[in-house]
Amino acid sequence: MAEQPVFAPWNDPSEKPLIQFQNVTKRFGDFTAIDDLTLDIFEKEFFALLGPSGCGKTTMMRMLGGFETVTNGTIKIAGQDMNKVPPNKRPVNMMFQSYALFPHLSIYENIAFGLRRTSMDKGAIDARIAEMLKLTRLEKFARRKPHQISGGQRQRVALARSLAKAPKLLLLDEPLGALDKKLRQDTQFELMDIQEKTGTTFVIVTHDQEEAMTVASRVAVMDEGLIVQVATPDAIYEAPNSTYVADFIGDVNIIEGRASQSGNKTKLSWAEGQPNIIGTTTRTFETGQTCHFAIRPEKVAISVEEPTKAANKLHGKILDIAYLGNISTYHVELPTGHIIKAQTANTRRLARRTMTWEDPVWISFTDTAGVLLDR
Amino acid sequence: MRRAILILTPYLWLFALFLIPFLIVLKISLSDAALAIPPYAPQLDLAGGWSAIKDFFAGLDFENFEFLTTDDLYWKAYLSSFKIALISTALALLIGYPIAYSMARAAPEWRPTLLMLVILPFWTSFLIRVYAWMGILSNEGLLNQFLLWTGLIAEPLTILNTNYAVYIGIVYTYLPFMILPIYSALEKMDDSLLEAAEDLGCSRTSAFWLITIPLSKTGITAGCFLVFIPTLGEFVIPSLLGGSQTLMIGKVLWEEFFNNRDWPVASAVAIILLLILIIPIILFQRNEQKQREMEG
Ligand SMILES: Nc1ncnc2c1ncn2[C@@H]1O[C@H](COP(=O)(O)OP(=O)(O)OP(=O)(O)O)[C@@H](O)[C@H]1O
Ligand SMILES: [Mg+2]
Repeated sequence: MAEQPVFAPWNDPSEKPLIQFQNVTKRFGDFTAIDDLTLDIFEKEFFALLGPSGCGKTTMMRMLGGFETVTNGTIKIAGQDMNKVPPNKRPVNMMFQSYALFPHLSIYENIAFGLRRTSMDKGAIDARIAEMLKLTRLEKFARRKPHQISGGQRQRVALARSLAKAPKLLLLDEPLGALDKKLRQDTQFELMDIQEKTGTTFVIVTHDQEEAMTVASRVAVMDEGLIVQVATPDAIYEAPNSTYVADFIGDVNIIEGRASQSGNKTKLSWAEGQPNIIGTTTRTFETGQTCHFAIRPEKVAISVEEPTKAANKLHGKILDIAYLGNISTYHVELPTGHIIKAQTANTRRLARRTMTWEDPVWISFTDTAGVLLDR
Repeated sequence: MRRAILILTPYLWLFALFLIPFLIVLKISLSDAALAIPPYAPQLDLAGGWSAIKDFFAGLDFENFEFLTTDDLYWKAYLSSFKIALISTALALLIGYPIAYSMARAAPEWRPTLLMLVILPFWTSFLIRVYAWMGILSNEGLLNQFLLWTGLIAEPLTILNTNYAVYIGIVYTYLPFMILPIYSALEKMDDSLLEAAEDLGCSRTSAFWLITIPLSKTGITAGCFLVFIPTLGEFVIPSLLGGSQTLMIGKVLWEEFFNNRDWPVASAVAIILLLILIIPIILFQRNEQKQREMEG
């Protein structure tokens, strides 16, 4: 059986990017919202922008849509410079963060709005709208006005409206924020399905990192107008390039210390009277350089007996247990005052658990479980 | 009890300030003119007992309304008022909409100032402002002097005492009533709607016709009624700025009342005017209600 080629156009130098940000800067007065950003997004990608509120995600989208002018630099779509192209001439549709549904038009007419601006004939338009209504499960509400439906339904209308024209590039600004968890997951899979079927390139803004991890081919983590890291979801999670990214995505333990390297091992001396933490890294650290060790809670094992073979083991006592159904997170306090989170799957019933509050325990992890970061 | 008072208050208000005056006018319109004080008969004499009241009702009739149909002055005046009100409303809309639009698009910190400027004329007496227009529009007035000075005209234009002056006066006076409701509708509009329309392939112009205009429709309707309704019965502007050929029902009413001292006919004219106005007033109310529903 032939192996399916992995979708990774960003690793292929011969591949032409669909969207190119070239040294793009955006200022509002003397406030810099986007700072010298260079980024390529490829065709058929599902690209997620992740970052705290106010970091410039919407601004990036609005520049792509043509609603904000670029202060410096160029944005290209399919090789064409977009700086002078008005929004209605761009092969881009946007789903607005505020939905921006037309209050005087029915749901049906809202979805039809974009199609009616094309030369499509009436039958084809009706068929397309029926398809969109079905996709977003809005058939029953077609005749209503936007103020007569719920927030989640409005969001689906906005989604249907932006999808209706089957654009080359679809910008989604927090498309699923108002949906409940179940519907959100369904819609996420629907979005991925749509993306697969239509080959549309998606750029999606989200506050929800789980969502970004689920849907995206690549994730960009932003901070105050800068992109800190762009990588596939698993690379972002397993190999964050900074404590900012490690901390932003998922749960993490971070221990600060001084590095010393010997061979392919790096030792981290982090507290008086505690054994050094041993890790592996491709980075080079000067001896004595400040260094951060980041490790995910699920990579930290917890046990009552002292483990024999672990590369790193530390003694402490249980401070708190967070029971989350399928998993439990143990907060273990070390003698140094550090609190390390360790996660285990709850394969046994709660009543049979062997560890409880105040118990002395061992935590351990291998020398490849964590990452060593210089910032 | 308190609830009852709360509910009754507006009705009492309506009763005292609208219904009673209306009934008095209606009664006068059914009476006959007489050389007396007040100048109509019969008078209601409650002291005379039951028979006096019966006599009083026997004295009322629809003669005055019949009279209105015999003289074509009246229906011509109604028609001409209607025409003038309609044209003035259209002009006010044409001028008021762009003003309201640019106010709503202006930077937020400028809007209160602009709003102030629109309302400012109300701080001086309406009569003084109309007299000022007489000064501007007369043959030796500011406008003619200016136009003569620029050389655009060789002879002064006759504007005062024509229908043109009436249009200018009415549009000037009622323009704020057109601007304010349109402005308030436009100001509420979310800019991202226009962006969404552009995103979906509209040009700026078509976005204006497809989004901005429909969303300001309630404001436009309200503004039109607020100009049309008072203009229909307008009396000061046509009598001060208009000429002898300017025929408006408000003017006719005034002349019947003060020149001819024919209170009964004047009252009949007023009653018919009121009946004519009820239709647009009801339409106006319905528009307001629709708007409230949209927002609620
Ligand atoms: N028109 C504007 N004028 C001035 N500052 C602006 C303007 N639009 C955005 N900003 C600023 O630019 C920064 C980035 O805004 P942006 O809307 O892109 O944030 P965001 O990442 O989308 O945030 P959120 O997740 O809350 O939506 C913010 O600090 C914001 O205050
Ligand atoms: Mg945003």
